[in-house]
Amino acid sequence: MAITIYVPRDSSALSLGANRVAANIQAEADKSGVEIHLIRNGSRGLFWLETMVEVRTSKGRVAYGPVMPKDVASLFDADFINGGAHPLHLGLTDEMAWLKKQERLTFARVGITDPVSVEDYVAHDGFKGLKNALTKSGAEIVKEVTDSGLRGRGGAAFPTGIKWNTVLNAPADQKYIVCNADEGDSGTYSDRMIMEGDPLVLVEGMTIAGLAVGATQGYIYLRSEYPDALVTLNEAIANAYQAGYLGEDICGSGQCFHLEVRRAAGAYVCGEETSLLESLEGKRGVVRFKPPLPAIEGLFGKPTVVNNVISLATVPIVLDKGGKFYQDFGMGRSRGTLPIQLAGNIKQCGLVEKAFGVTLRELLYDFGGGSASGKPIRAVQVGGPLGAYLPESQFDTPLDYEKFSEIWAVLGHGGIVAFDDTVDMAKMARYAFEFCAIESCGKCTPCRIGSTRGVEVMDKIIAKQDHAKNITLVRDLSDTMLNGSLCALGGMTPYPVLSAINHFPEDFGLKKGQVA
Amino acid sequence: MSDEILVDIDQHIEAHVNVPGALMPLLHAIQDDVGYVPEISYSRIAKALNLSVAEVHGVVTFYHHFRTHAPGKHILQICRAESCQAMGSEALEAYVKKTLGVDYHQTTADGAITLEPVYCLGNCACSPAASIDDQVCGRVDVERVNEIIAEARGA
Ligand SMILES: Cc1cc2nc3c(=O)[nH]c(=O)nc-3n(C[C@H](O)[C@H](O)[C@H](O)COP(=O)(O)O)c2cc1C
Ligand code: SF4
Ligand code: FES
Repeated sequence: MAITIYVPRDSSALSLGANRVAANIQAEADKSGVEIHLIRNGSRGLFWLETMVEVRTSKGRVAYGPVMPKDVASLFDADFINGGAHPLHLGLTDEMAWLKKQERLTFARVGITDPVSVEDYVAHDGFKGLKNALTKSGAEIVKEVTDSGLRGRGGAAFPTGIKWNTVLNAPADQKYIVCNADEGDSGTYSDRMIMEGDPLVLVEGMTIAGLAVGATQGYIYLRSEYPDALVTLNEAIANAYQAGYLGEDICGSGQCFHLEVRRAAGAYVCGEETSLLESLEGKRGVVRFKPPLPAIEGLFGKPTVVNNVISLATVPIVLDKGGKFYQDFGMGRSRGTLPIQLAGNIKQCGLVEKAFGVTLRELLYDFGGGSASGKPIRAVQVGGPLGAYLPESQFDTPLDYEKFSEIWAVLGHGGIVAFDDTVDMAKMARYAFEFCAIESCGKCTPCRIGSTRGVEVMDKIIAKQDHAKNITLVRDLSDTMLNGSLCALGGMTPYPVLSAINHFPEDFGLKKGQVA
Repeated sequence: MSDEILVDIDQHIEAHVNVPGALMPLLHAIQDDVGYVPEISYSRIAKALNLSVAEVHGVVTFYHHFRTHAPGKHILQICRAESCQAMGSEALEAYVKKTLGVDYHQTTADGAITLEPVYCLGNCACSPAASIDDQVCGRVDVERVNEIIAEARGA
C-alpha cells in the first residue's frame, strides 16, 4: 500500500524550501521503488520546524523537521516512511505540546487535510455547518452567529451577527458578501494560512453568509502579495463548484451562491472596508464617508457584508456546533478563540489558536520560547502597524478586546511582533509615521500632511534637535491625527508613536519614567 | 511600442469589458502579460470601460503594485515592515542596495533586477522575508540573498 507523506504547500514553508523537499522525497521514493502518496497540506503553524514533513503510520502521523532538501536521503535511510528514528524525528504530531495546548476551532483542519480536496474536507467535518444552515431561515442563521458572540477578526471587533442582521433587513434586488483578504498588517498571516491550508472553510463560511442575508454573489479581495493563496483558493473554488457546493443549486437546495477571487494591488489602505469596495468597483482606493454603512449601501451601492477571512472561516463551526459551543470559549465580551500569530524576534514563531484570556507572557515565552536572538524581549507590537507597543510590564495583560483598550492598546488581527533590546523605539515611531505617509489615501489632511510632518519631526528628535519642543510637536500632531482622521490609518498611527514615547521615553532622549 | 502588445492589450480589454468592476482585473491581466501597464493602453481602456483617461491614470498610479514602465527581468522585493525589521531587514536592505548599486524602484544596469520595497509578505514567522518574482523567501541572510541575486542574473 502506498505510504502517505505530507509536505506543506503553505507559502512560508515554500519560502524555506518545501517544494524542493517534496521533489526530493518523490525522487528518492521513485529511486527506492517505494510507492508514496504525496499530499501538499497546509502548515500546522510551527514555523521554526518548517519544512515539517509528516508520515502517516499505524500509530498516527509522525513528524520530522525542520527538513532541508539535503536531509531527504538520510530520512529514507532511517526508514522515516515507517516512522523510523532520525535526528529530525519529532514524534507523533498529535502529541506535540505546542499543538496540544491550543484550542483549534477555526484552524481545526489546517495542516491536516489536503486543502483543495472536497472529499478530504467532508471527511473532516467539512460542510456540516452549511448543511445545517440549509435547514434554517436567514434570521435563524444570523441568530446563531449573534449567539456565538463572534466579533470581527479584521481589527474593529464589531459583532458579526449584528452586521449580518443589518444586511438581512436591507431590502434589495442584489446583495454581496465580500471577504476582506487584504491582510496588510505586519506580523499577521492567519488569513493566508487559512486560504492556503483550508480554503474550503472560507468558501463554506461565505456561502453560509450568503444564505443568511440573501446574497448570491461573493468576492474575496485578496492582497496581491499572496500569489500562492490565489492558486489554492482558485483550485478550491473550482472543486467546490464541481462538487455542487457552489453555483446555482447548492447541495440540491435550489439556493444559489457564486464566488470569485479578486486581486488587490498593494495598497494597505484597501484593507479598510470602504476603500476596499471602491477598489473592487475599479476605482482608486479612497476611503468613503460613513454613513451610509456598507451593510446598507456597499458594493455597487448594494447591501454588502464585509468580513475578514477569519470571521468568515469561523462561521462553519458555529453553524455546525452551535453558537453556544463557540461562545463557551473566551473571557468577558471576547468570546471564542483568536488565531494568534507570533512574529518578529521570537524563537518559535507560529500560529497559536487559543481562547481569549491567554496572556502575552504565555504566548511570548511558553509558546514562543522567548526571543530568537537570546536577548531580552523589550517591546512587542500587537495588532499590526496601527497597534501600540507594549513594554514588559504589560506582558501579563490577557488577550481580550476590552482589557487591551484599558491599556490604550488593540488586539487587531492578532499579530504579535516582538523586538529584543537592540530596538530603537524612536526609529519605530518614525517608521509608523513613514508607513502612514506611504499608504495614506490622501482624503484627509491630518493623515496626508500630518504623517509626513511626523517623519520630519521624528528625524529632528533622532538628531537631538530642539528636543522638548519637538516631542511636544509630535504629541500635538498625534492629537490632530487621532481626532481629525476619517479612518484608522491616520486615526491610529498615533498608537505606535505615543506608546513608544510613553513606554520607552529613554529612546527619545527623555529620562526613564519622564513623560514629556 | 510594438503592435503585437497593442493587440494583446485589446484582447484583454475585450475579455474584461463585461466584468463588473472590470478595471482592476483588467490592469492585472495587462501587467501579468506585458510586465507593466503601458500608458498607451489608457485611452483604449478608458474608451472600452466608459471612463476618462484621467480616471484610468488615477487608478494605475494609486496602487503600488501597478507599474507604468517596464521592469527588469526579475523583481526583487525586500520586506520593510515591522516583523522583518525586528529580525534585521534594515541591514539586509542596505546590503542589497549596495550590492546591486540601485535604490528602491530602480533597475540594475544589466537589466536583470528591479528592486522594490514591500510591506509584509505574510511570511513574518520567517523574517526577514524577501521575494523574487512570485517566490517568497524566508530567513533571508546575506548568503541567501547572494544566491537569489546570482540565480536572477543567471549565474
Ligand atoms: C487602514 C485599515 C486597514 C485595514 N486592513 C484590514 C485588513 O487587511 N483585513 C481586514 O479584515 N480588515 C482590515 N481593516 C478593517 C476593515 O475596515 C473592516 O473593519 C473589516 O474588514 C470588517 O470585517 P470583520 O468585522 O470581520 O473584522 C482595516 C481597517 C483600516 C482602517
Ligand atoms: S485617515 Fe488617511 S487613509 Fe484614512 S481616509 Fe483619511 S487620508 Fe485616507
Ligand atoms: S513583516 Fe515582513 S513578511 Fe510580514
